[in-house]
Formats: sequence, C-alpha cells, structure tokens
Amino acid sequence: MRCGHEIREAVIRRQVSAEEVTRAALASIEALEPTLHAYLCLLAERALKHARVLDQRIAAGDDPGPLAGVPVAVKDIFCVAGEVTTAGSKILANFRPPYSATAVERLEAAGAIIIGKTNMDEFAMGSSCENSAFGETRNPWDPSRVPGGSSGGSASTVGAGSVPIALGTDTGGSIREPASFCNIVGLKPTYGRVSRYGMIAFASSLDQAGPMTGCVRDAAITLGAIAGHDPRDATSVDEPVPDFCAGLRTDLNGIRIGIVPEFEEHIAQSDPDMAALYRRAYEDLRALGAQLVEVHLPHVRYGLATYYLIAPAECSSNLARYDGVRYGLRVETDKDVYTMFEQTRAAGFGPEVKRRIILGTYALSAGYYDAYYLRAQKVRTLIKRDFDDAFTQCDVIASPAVSCPAFALGAKTADPVAMYLMDYFTIPMSLAGVPALSVPAGYVRDLPVGLQLTGPAFAEAGVLGVAYAYEQATGHAQSRRPAVMAAAHR
Amino acid sequence: MSNKPIDMDIAHVAKLARLALTDDEAAQFAAQFAHLFTYIRQLQELDVDTIPATAQVIPLRNVMRDDIVTPSLERDAALGNAPDWEGPYFRTPRILE
Repeated sequence: MRCGHEIREAVIRRQVSAEEVTRAALASIEALEPTLHAYLCLLAERALKHARVLDQRIAAGDDPGPLAGVPVAVKDIFCVAGEVTTAGSKILANFRPPYSATAVERLEAAGAIIIGKTNMDEFAMGSSCENSAFGETRNPWDPSRVPGGSSGGSASTVGAGSVPIALGTDTGGSIREPASFCNIVGLKPTYGRVSRYGMIAFASSLDQAGPMTGCVRDAAITLGAIAGHDPRDATSVDEPVPDFCAGLRTDLNGIRIGIVPEFEEHIAQSDPDMAALYRRAYEDLRALGAQLVEVHLPHVRYGLATYYLIAPAECSSNLARYDGVRYGLRVETDKDVYTMFEQTRAAGFGPEVKRRIILGTYALSAGYYDAYYLRAQKVRTLIKRDFDDAFTQCDVIASPAVSCPAFALGAKTADPVAMYLMDYFTIPMSLAGVPALSVPAGYVRDLPVGLQLTGPAFAEAGVLGVAYAYEQATGHAQSRRPAVMAAAHR
Repeated sequence: MSNKPIDMDIAHVAKLARLALTDDEAAQFAAQFAHLFTYIRQLQELDVDTIPATAQVIPLRNVMRDDIVTPSLERDAALGNAPDWEGPYFRTPRILE
C-alpha cells in the first residue's frame, strides 16, 4: 500500500474510492492474519459504512480532511464506542465502551477510516507483544521474531503494508521500539500533546498516544490530526498545534544534532554491529548539513531503575479499578466482596501485569515510599534537567532507538529484566516527557533497526523535519521488502 | 551484581493490592524482583536530598472548568458493562456481616 497522503490524493481526485481502498486493506489484513495475528478485531462493516459516506461527501464536492479515505488501525487500548476494547487483557475480554477516545474521534473527523483494533501487550506492559492474553503478534520481517511492543500489532500491520497508518501508545518505548523492529516511523509526542481521554490508563504521568506510519510525512499529518487541547483530559496542554508538514525539509543546514556519549558507550557494549550502523547514521546527518555536537546525559543510566518504580506505582493505582463491580470480568464467589476482588484480579490479569501491580504496591507502601517512589521521582527531576541542559547546546538528539534488532519469539519471556532492558534508550525521553521518534536506519543481520531523534518539549516539528531529511536522503525503508507483505506492495 | 533477596513480604503486598497469588507466583516474583533490584539499588548512589520530586513534567497547575451542568453518561450505558446490577445500582457480594 502507498503512503496515506498519496491515498488521500487519489481518493480526493476520485481515481479510487474510499470504499475500494477500505476493501483492499481488509483483504490484505485477512490474507496476512494467519501469519501475523496483528489484530484483535476488524471493524469491517463499520469501516465500509464510513467509507461509503465519505465517497458520497467527495462526490458532492466536500473535502473530508487530511486523512480522507485513509485506512487507519488503532491499538486496542483506544475506546471505540460500542466495539469490544480489551487492552489485550482477559479482564476486559467483553468490554464495550460507551464512548470513543478523543484521538479516535479526531482521526475520523480528519476523514480516516478506522479499520480494526490491533494486538498489544496486556495493558501496554511489555516490549514484545507476547504479553497479550490473546496470543502473540509476529514480525513481518521474520515471523519467527517478535514485532516489539507494546504497540506490536500496530507496528506489524503497518510494516507489512496492510495499512499506511496506525495509532499506538508509548509509556517507556511502546511506539518507538516496535517501529524500529518493523521498519516504520513511530513518534511519541510530548507528554500532554495528545488527549488521553478514552485511552486505557497504564502509567498516567508517562502515557502518550502517537502515530506509527510507513513514512515521515504521514506521521506529521497524523499528529496534526490528533494533537491539541481536550477539555476531557486535564493533562492535555493548551499549546498551539502547528502545521507539522511545514517543517519537513530536505537539508539540515544550520541544525545542531547532539550525540550522547553515555548512549554510545552502552550500544558499543551491547552490539558492535548496531554501534557501527548508528555511526553511519550520524555521518549521514552530517552529510546533510547538520553540525554534530557532543552532549552529555549523565543520569540516563538511572532511567531503567527510575522507570521501574514510577510506572509500576502508577499502574498499581490505575489498575485498582478492575474489581469486578462496574465492568469487566467477575469471578463469582459465595464469600465476601474482598474475596471476589482478589479472585477476579487473579483470574483476569496475566503474569506481567500481576508482577507490576505487586512491585508498584510495594514501592508505594508504608515504610518504603520514601526509599523507592519518592527517590525515583527525584531522580526523574535529574533526568529531565539533563535534557533541559542538552537542548541549550543542540536542536535535536540522535541516538539508538534499540540495542538489537527484533529477537526470537520466546527469547526473553522467562527473564523480565532482560525484557525491561529493551527500553534502555527510550525510557529517559518518556521520563522527561520530550518528543522522540524512531525512523528506519538500515539493517543489522538482515533485520531493520531505527534511529531515535529526540527534541525539546513541543518541538515535534523540528524532530519530524530532521527525520524527513534523513528518510529522503537514505531511503532505508524502501531499499528492502519484508518477508510477509501486502499484495499491493509486491 | 548479586541478586540479594529484598525486604518484601509478598503476601502482605498482595493483600494490599487485592490480588490473590499462588505460592508459585509469589516465589517466582521474589526471585525476579531480587534481580530487578540490582538495578533499582543504583538509585541509592545519588544524593537527592535537595532535589525536588517530579510527579509530572508539564507546566500545568490545577485545571478548572466552568461550573456548567452538561449531560453525562446515561444510566443504562453506565450499567451496560456491569457483571451484576439491580435497578439503578451495581450489585456486589456482601460487604458487611
């Protein structure tokens, strides 16, 4: 499938109808699902109905918006009114929300056709999509490997070319790591840029929705559609939303790009092939006119420890709502209500979610709060200050997105800490709340990996501008084809 | 780095979290947390006495809305996902003896 902005042009010019585009996307998904299992449900009837209405509007001379007729998949963490929304958990297996997420409403207002709900690690906790209660998703570049997580279904279906755009969420790397593994663009916007209303909560001070796309321009268009203040989410920031496409550029003259020695040391120790790939990427940025400057982030080495106190603490509080009373699973008991709570939660949550609830409850419990949770919040301040200082010396930071390409299914499921370490390079940006993007950067052992570009708060336009210049100059995503791909791509 | 056991009474924490764990789960989690805490203990290296805590990263203060009544979820929609209900109420197992 072509990029979303190309599809929109063809639909607006009536070279193809939105209904035809929708049918083609559905056919591609259905052909690949036995291999990839990227979806938890398809919204075929709903999508076709919306497409036909859109075609009528276009025939009447209307312009339905910047995503007119573009098929978009959404992670199953976003509520779509009346449609089953599970967050990858058995505890919500039959949950039908009575309202839609703001991000979903805004996509539809921009003309997008919501095609289905994608698979994910349960409650977005994981880096491989193997923590879904409904089976794992596979990587289109090698179906014996993970697509990354937690937005693994979104990454897999865009990587395979079935849809040009998907919506993901990122708490510590859940957009950027799977984007890197599946050779697509994934942008975690600034915390507060996109409304979290109707997005099932994991860690509320970190969660952020963002686009996962085949090209940088589509990421800019999609962010423009979903960004902006929403009175229904008090943490969405009332900051002007620029035209993110206006900042797309083909040279980097006058741009200062920060390279972080602390990250380079870690990648050199993790995987020399990866380190070599990133050195080439930095040279490509320099060749485009950028000035490379060394910037230090001395506290990012504490990111993992900080994150694995703060995120579980917030999750233990957020997930207290799954108690078998107002919605979701209930395990019936003839004993009292507390037994019902304990049995319901034991049956409804998977192992990773239980692990984090226990860890977070411990970090918040009397006698340990100061030593763990409060200390982590203070170190979060140090990490945020590192970024504030770095951005006085550079416009954008370039770094690894991941320490390795996609790994084999099952390779890390027995060792939670090994899985947590997958987010080493993405967690610090989440803690600092700054926007960060992964863009295809080439191949290591024939598997794709992404370059991470990070900017100051609300500077998504600058990050997208650098990503666009790099994408246009290198063409990494177009230079090879995935093993599993949509027929339209062949 | 050694995986020192950590000072955690898992049965007590599970009780606080209203989450029934099997003995196997509790033992497995204890071993995994011992490994994770080799990282978490790194935070003790830092002197943070004078550092303020960051709970959230955006410059937002208390957010007020206009005091105007607007429609909210219809009762039937709010009850529509409940495992059990009676009239306008959610129904639970007994709470008091």
